[in-house]
Amino acid sequence: MTGREDHGVDCEATIERLYHFLDGELTDDRRLAIERHLDECAPCVSAYGFEIELRQVIANRCKDHVPDSLIARVRRVLGEADAEVAGGSGAAEPEDASDILGSADSGH
Amino acid sequence: MADREHFTELAMEYMPALYTAALRMTRNPSDAEDLVQETFLKAYRSFGGFSEGTNLKAWLYKILTNTFINSYRAAKRRPEKADVEDVEDLYLYHRLGELQGADPGRSAEEEVLDHITDDEVKSAIESLPEAFRIAVLLADVEGFSYKEIADITDVPIGTVMSRIHRGRKALQKALLEFAREHGLVSVVDPAGGR
Ligand SMILES: [Zn+2]
Repeated sequence: MTGREDHGVDCEATIERLYHFLDGELTDDRRLAIERHLDECAPCVSAYGFEIELRQVIANRCKDHVPDSLIARVRRVLGEADAEVAGGSGAAEPEDASDILGSADSGH
Repeated sequence: MADREHFTELAMEYMPALYTAALRMTRNPSDAEDLVQETFLKAYRSFGGFSEGTNLKAWLYKILTNTFINSYRAAKRRPEKADVEDVEDLYLYHRLGELQGADPGRSAEEEVLDHITDDEVKSAIESLPEAFRIAVLLADVEGFSYKEIADITDVPIGTVMSRIHRGRKALQKALLEFAREHGLVSVVDPAGGR
């Protein structure tokens, strides 16, 4: 339709990149191409709307109440650690887990 | 040290998010509490190694994730299924559309989502194999970027993207099962899956 059409994307390319689009992980060019496609394609907009709603459902319905006892327990433990560490020792870096997590499904 | 008091106040803001993540990881409230406590303690002790300007939330999640993998998973006896079946993109959307007679108006598909409960979302996430569960949790519940997740889990960004992508589809599959159990969608599966 317009001279920009050759930089555009079709339905297949849009759906293929929809998650990266929703994640905000596309380059500007690709993001704009998908936005243009969504402007004029009802089926893709419908799928896009569903994925947005699904994502909100997952994020919003996955919350848990923190027990007061846990908050109290953590504060107490940190208070005790403060006494221990007053000398300024013991800086433990987070342990390295690369060999463990990476082994589960490497090669994809 | 004043620094350390400051740390406690800053870090406590992330308690709800960390506790939720710990629950999804361990799938057990008592383990989750222990994991959170250990995470705070480790973070507190290594706060000297934390530099201003670093993302505190991501740093706490890195400690949480590593502690979970090193301590809690090691304690489990049986090895866990490590992979998910690959299904098509937009799995849930397409499947709901097929089952309900494809009216793409607003939207029978979206109405099904209204009936999915908190407990079902949690249990669908918890049903994923560990590596996928952690990736989906960090991306979709906590909103970390691919790069941040790669850093938190110490895996290459390509692997992170693959795990998020496939984990999401597996999650959609689990959610479809709940929709079926509610009688929200027909039990007929046109793909012949059952
Ligand atoms: Zn389209």
